[in-house]
Amino acid sequence: MTSAPILELDRLGKVFAADGHSVTALDDVSLSFERGECHAIVGESGSGKTTIANLVLGLLGATSGAIRFNGATLGRSRTRDQKRAIQLVQQNPLSALNPRRSVGASIRLPLDVHGLGKGSERNSRVAALLQEVGLEPEHAKRSPRGLSGGQRQRIAIARALACEPELLVLDEPTSALDVLVQARVLELLQRLRRERGLTYLFITHDLAVVRAIADRVSVFQKGRLVETGPVETIFSDPKSAYTRELIGAIPVVTEAEAALRAAIRAGTPIPAGAE
Amino acid sequence: MSEPGSPVLASRTRSKAWAAYTADPLSVIGLVIVVAIVALAIFAPFVTPYPDHVGPTGDFAAMNAAPSADFWFGTDVIGRDLFTRIIYGYRLSLIMAIVVLAIATPIGVIVGLVAGYKGGWTDYVLMRITDVFLAVPPLVLAMAIMGFLEPTLMNGMLAITAMWWPWYARLIYNVTRAEAQEGYVLAAETVGASTAHILFREILPNCWPSILTKMTLDIGFVILMASSLSFLGLGVQPPTPDLGSMVADGAKYMPDAWWLTIYPALAILLIVLGFNLVGDGLREAFEAES
Repeated sequence: MTSAPILELDRLGKVFAADGHSVTALDDVSLSFERGECHAIVGESGSGKTTIANLVLGLLGATSGAIRFNGATLGRSRTRDQKRAIQLVQQNPLSALNPRRSVGASIRLPLDVHGLGKGSERNSRVAALLQEVGLEPEHAKRSPRGLSGGQRQRIAIARALACEPELLVLDEPTSALDVLVQARVLELLQRLRRERGLTYLFITHDLAVVRAIADRVSVFQKGRLVETGPVETIFSDPKSAYTRELIGAIPVVTEAEAALRAAIRAGTPIPAGAE
Repeated sequence: MSEPGSPVLASRTRSKAWAAYTADPLSVIGLVIVVAIVALAIFAPFVTPYPDHVGPTGDFAAMNAAPSADFWFGTDVIGRDLFTRIIYGYRLSLIMAIVVLAIATPIGVIVGLVAGYKGGWTDYVLMRITDVFLAVPPLVLAMAIMGFLEPTLMNGMLAITAMWWPWYARLIYNVTRAEAQEGYVLAAETVGASTAHILFREILPNCWPSILTKMTLDIGFVILMASSLSFLGLGVQPPTPDLGSMVADGAKYMPDAWWLTIYPALAILLIVLGFNLVGDGLREAFEAES
């Protein structure tokens, strides 16, 4: 890659301290994310992957080291545009949408907050966003209560896109969905990345998902970066015993599932009737 | 037909909520009681037989009359129709309850939202202040305030309001603490929404079921509290018809003029019971809705 990385973690460290105890959640991590790539962060729970997400989003402050985004150092206090440029898609789509606000109101919020588009055209932007994630403009009037997990996750993605972000932090975005819906959402994310030139920081514990969507993968264990590299390299020639263990733990997939994942990977449409 | 829009969806959850409410006959009885009392209170000048008995003068020809066809609940020592005065008493009680809750609820809700969402020192300071109020027995606090101020209707409401808001602060604090963990709050934070937006547009709508249920139950309790204060002579002053003072004044004439105490006491019981039953029903309805 010739262009500068969009996001750099420079010797980043985070220590949680309370009542004399301290836990090192992230230990001296340096990592860079290239523009337009899908960079997966994998590891078991407690490996520090959520801490990375929270630091990148500015929800936590780092104990040591720095985060650079487009060359500028990011602290906890950020400008409106810096906040807008990094968005989050959460794990649980049931909780991520306010049950007492309409789908349209949830998607419109970032437009109002950041003054994107004229007031009068914001509702049509909401409609366009809904279509972009594969839903109907009519969904804007609905309450999230009546919608499926997959539909809700699409809405959460539309809300993140409404900010016109450059980097999406995807925190296990498909782990709460069943396999076929998961495939559809991954397919959507691949398409959006291509069309919008987005960069993904994709947090997951599911290496099968990594193989389906990521370009690069970084493996974490107990707050340390164990290894990082292109997905093919890591999968074909894992350097560390821990990575081999994780790869060995991938559940055996059925032939249909493998075909589905291959289709997502290649960017070809999923065979009809798969959902 | 196009995709079902929000009206269809809304009416479906609403009818589910209504079904849950009406599932318990007691809630329906409560609703009938409340609607009847509120209607009587609103239209008091038209539905009461002796609207001029509200003031200090009555019908001296009919002093201490027992309940009869002319005076359904009897008359008091200066010949005022008790039925009329009870209906007007309801009117005053309801107005007091509404005014008290209209002031206490927003104060408590704002304190609870801010403390629950902000956490840290804000939480600590606001909730310790709340605890101080909660630690004092409510009637004692109100009596202390009333002893300090003149016993007028206005001050009575002020005293009850001062002791009522902390309960809302405590309730909404707990709801907010739970809601703040929800992903939609995190989502609003990450898209850059203001604290005011998060408190009032995201979290507050999810507090409404708790608030409305508590307010309904509290209308009864505020009325009881106001009646207790005026029973002690610390609330509404004569000749304004007030259920609590009627019970107190009538007690002197027990058991001969039993109606002077029994009917106002039953009136208090009925309205408190009615609002409690409606409150319980609302709780069921909100649970079914979500």
